[in-house]
Amino acid sequence: MSKLSPFNVVSLTLGFVFLYLPMLILVVYSFNESQLVTVWAGFSTKWYGELARNEAFLDAAWVTLRVAFFSSTIATVLGTMAAYVLVRGGRFFGRTLFSGMIYAPLVMPEVITGLSLLLLFIGLGMDRGILTIVLAHTTFSMCYVSVVVSSRLVSFDKSLEEAALDLGCSPAEAFRLVTLPIIAPAVISGWLLAFTLSLDDLVIASFTSGPAATTLPIKIFSAVRLGVTPEINALSTIMIGIVTVGVIIASISTKRAKVKAEADERLAQRTE
Amino acid sequence: MRRFVLIAVPFLWLLALFLIPFGIVLKISLSDVALARPPYVPQFSWDEGIRAFLSQLDFENFAFIGAGAIVVTVVAIALLAAVAFPVYGLVFRRFFGGGLKALSIRSLIAAVVSVVAGILAVVIVFAVISFFFPSVVSLLEVDDYLYFQAYLSSLKIAAISTALTLLVGYPMAYGMARSPNSWRPTLMMLVILPFWTSFLIRVYAWRGILSQEGYLNQVLLWLGVIGEPLTILNTNTAVYIGVVYTYLPFMILPIYAALEKLDVSLIEAAEDLGCSRSSAFWLVTIPLSRPGIVAGCFLVFIPTLGEFVIPSLLGGSGTLMIGKVLWEEFFNNRDWPVASAVAIILLLILIVPIVLFQRNQQRQAEAGG
Amino acid sequence: MTQTVFAPWTDPAAKPLIRFRHVTKRFGDFTAIEDLSLDIYEREFFALLGPSGCGKTTMMRMLAGFEDPTEGTIELAGEDIGAVPPNKRAVNMMFQSYALFPHLTVRDNIAFGLKREGKPKDEIHARVEEMLRLVQLQKFASRKPHQISGGQRQRVALARSLAKAPKLLLLDEPLGALDKKLREETQFELMDIQEKTGTTFVIVTHDQEEAMTVASRIAVMKDGALMQVATPSQIYENPSSRYVADFLGDVTILEGKATKLGDAYEVHWAEGQPPLRAKSTLALADGAGCHLAIRPEKVEIHGEKPADDNVLRGKVIDIGYLGNISTYHVQLANGQTIRAQSFNTERDTRRAFTWEDEVWVNWTENCAVLLDH
Repeated sequence: MSKLSPFNVVSLTLGFVFLYLPMLILVVYSFNESQLVTVWAGFSTKWYGELARNEAFLDAAWVTLRVAFFSSTIATVLGTMAAYVLVRGGRFFGRTLFSGMIYAPLVMPEVITGLSLLLLFIGLGMDRGILTIVLAHTTFSMCYVSVVVSSRLVSFDKSLEEAALDLGCSPAEAFRLVTLPIIAPAVISGWLLAFTLSLDDLVIASFTSGPAATTLPIKIFSAVRLGVTPEINALSTIMIGIVTVGVIIASISTKRAKVKAEADERLAQRTE
Repeated sequence: MRRFVLIAVPFLWLLALFLIPFGIVLKISLSDVALARPPYVPQFSWDEGIRAFLSQLDFENFAFIGAGAIVVTVVAIALLAAVAFPVYGLVFRRFFGGGLKALSIRSLIAAVVSVVAGILAVVIVFAVISFFFPSVVSLLEVDDYLYFQAYLSSLKIAAISTALTLLVGYPMAYGMARSPNSWRPTLMMLVILPFWTSFLIRVYAWRGILSQEGYLNQVLLWLGVIGEPLTILNTNTAVYIGVVYTYLPFMILPIYAALEKLDVSLIEAAEDLGCSRSSAFWLVTIPLSRPGIVAGCFLVFIPTLGEFVIPSLLGGSGTLMIGKVLWEEFFNNRDWPVASAVAIILLLILIVPIVLFQRNQQRQAEAGG
Repeated sequence: MTQTVFAPWTDPAAKPLIRFRHVTKRFGDFTAIEDLSLDIYEREFFALLGPSGCGKTTMMRMLAGFEDPTEGTIELAGEDIGAVPPNKRAVNMMFQSYALFPHLTVRDNIAFGLKREGKPKDEIHARVEEMLRLVQLQKFASRKPHQISGGQRQRVALARSLAKAPKLLLLDEPLGALDKKLREETQFELMDIQEKTGTTFVIVTHDQEEAMTVASRIAVMKDGALMQVATPSQIYENPSSRYVADFLGDVTILEGKATKLGDAYEVHWAEGQPPLRAKSTLALADGAGCHLAIRPEKVEIHGEKPADDNVLRGKVIDIGYLGNISTYHVQLANGQTIRAQSFNTERDTRRAFTWEDEVWVNWTENCAVLLDH
């Protein structure tokens, strides 16, 4: 389909204005001089300075980053294993239960996941802190990783692995030398997804964190409940900025890869 | 051996951190609240044995939150839908000669007939059941209607905001699918970018816009559209806006995927065979994008039902949503057994849309070869 | 000087390289291969031919070690290879999709198997260069698979599977992804390479022309069983069954009853049509049902009635002009159609016969093949 009608143009324009205007306002007002967020009183970067001096926020950010790093890394390992088992594992006892447990957390309301994990940790007598948040985040984000990786594995030509076996690889070597390098992009995007989910999560972290460890979303939430503050605006701007840069870099590199693939295609045709 | 390890590690992880916790929730939902640590009884102990332990469990919490009434209501809604949809198709085929024409007086008649048939079916089924099992009626007697209302209101909010999201998302997906090839990756990126941005921040952004002295009211007052600032924040309207805003990418992406696959020559063939532009849209484009629409709707509806952040930041004290009720029950009232019972019922309700969603996905995968 | 013909299967003393002994393979309820026995000899170019789902790919995957036989044994050079995993077998496979590793260059793809053996570096290098030379890809050695054409990919796959000098090379529809012209060229290349390396090739294909061109022997398969195992010319000229006759090449098949007449049979096949004579070594009882298979190129077409045996009269209803040959569909009075082919040796746009022409077709008694019912 092509050829945009005026209706298409209007709906796209309004749609994207709706998606981006709120964030834009947030960013603009983070440079507002005034304490009152809704009244413009001149340009200033003082809230960024305030933010940099706010120990509580910095601590929370550090906790969040550590949690996100560890949970997404463990989740990537477990999720890739789970995806491999689901796509290539054949039949085994409890396969239905296993795939059910992989997909269930994707649709499970966060309040329920959080509640159930908290009750488990209390039942085990574990002190709530960074460890419990990491465990909780790993559990739900490994499911996302396994969905991303298994969709890559499904489209993966099985004969590549067979060719590796045929040429003398043991199954472990075949995975290391052939499968892993090919599915690596999916594994990396799985890791990024898990990392983002962990950074973003409020509900499950609220249930599983203790007084010793507060994550950034929990901090933001308790601040936001009281009202809109310029400091949160500044923090939001930083977070939006990081994501925007990341997504733009990612899309440029995909575009580069596409251009290169097209060039390769032409090269291949020329050599006929 | 290697294979065994590969299976066992993620399997045991999920068993320990997903299934067992869930079993604990189930167990606590059958316990009684107590002033203790942890604040419920019975505690399991080996001395008394399993039988004694089990005998102390009961459905009191479920009765307290009106689980029977909630389940009955959900079953009734499901039954109504299960009857109404086939009747709608039947009426169309049998009495209108299959002459498809969307948004006409005929489809309105068919809709009314099918809804009436659905309601009749529900009434008959419940009349018959309560005749043979009078005890069913007592299920509808509820101690505290708060939970019942919260479930219903969650269903209502999720349904309305799903419809609104569809209304906003479909034209966008359609516009994206019709835009030139070279724009599409950029438009895709623009839709996905908010998804990677913090959910909390995106919801928070609307607090500044919708509040009494927020940007929206400032603009509207300045334009002279309104004389008094509108109260939007802390109402259900704000919740609808929040849901549409945060879940819009989930609606757009599946619909766009379906529309992008659509072959232009199908539209041209329809026009060649005498369809006008708009009837080609209703008769070809919409039906062929239906799997995308269904997937998008479930992707919005299912998480919205258990949503906590949006109602607690944008909704007011009058906004009852089950995720919020559960949170408050747990953190504010410290009534763990009731919170657990609320969670179990929420999950039971979610099973219906989840199963329907799975079936839609499966059919799509099969159709895709 | 005695130039012996390569035909180890006729020599009772020859030892087969591969031996299927009563092999059965089941997938759940489905039986892919049923009690199949087959010998394949060293240096053979052996083709497994059949429609999809006939079990030919299963045979190949059992040889490679990706499937185990449910019953029976498979021997390679006298040893049962049932328990040997694919990575320990002296068998290599060229995959239908080529299965080239997309993240490795052409050179690394070819070297992949050699590196697994842990050979010294310079030895690997020499062998890779040799392989690149063999398939004429020296120039493209450092490209990735998606940077070369389909035909080149096919040659990389071949080089990679030959690099370890396997006793046996399996080729799964090796030319299926190439266009017709390239496929024909490549067939001859394959034969050349097979001869040069002296490797035993087993090829799986559903393309009968390909099998006829490349193979020393062909096994025609149907529903998990062998229908006939013989050289291409035997299979074409002396098919053992109606199925084989029909599967390979174009054929007209008539159904009738046979009567012995000297060293030939007379086949009565339709009311009002003369009986047809066919030479055969088959032992058929008088009046036994039989099929008569006639290849169109063996059928002559005449404007006037010839004074031979096996003459039938009919009318031209269809003409297929293929450039080098023309196929005529001649309909007899009883409705049966006989196909006849003639070479267009002259450059003349006018054809000898046209639609609705009254014609006679005939063939000699040696040309028709009599088949058991």
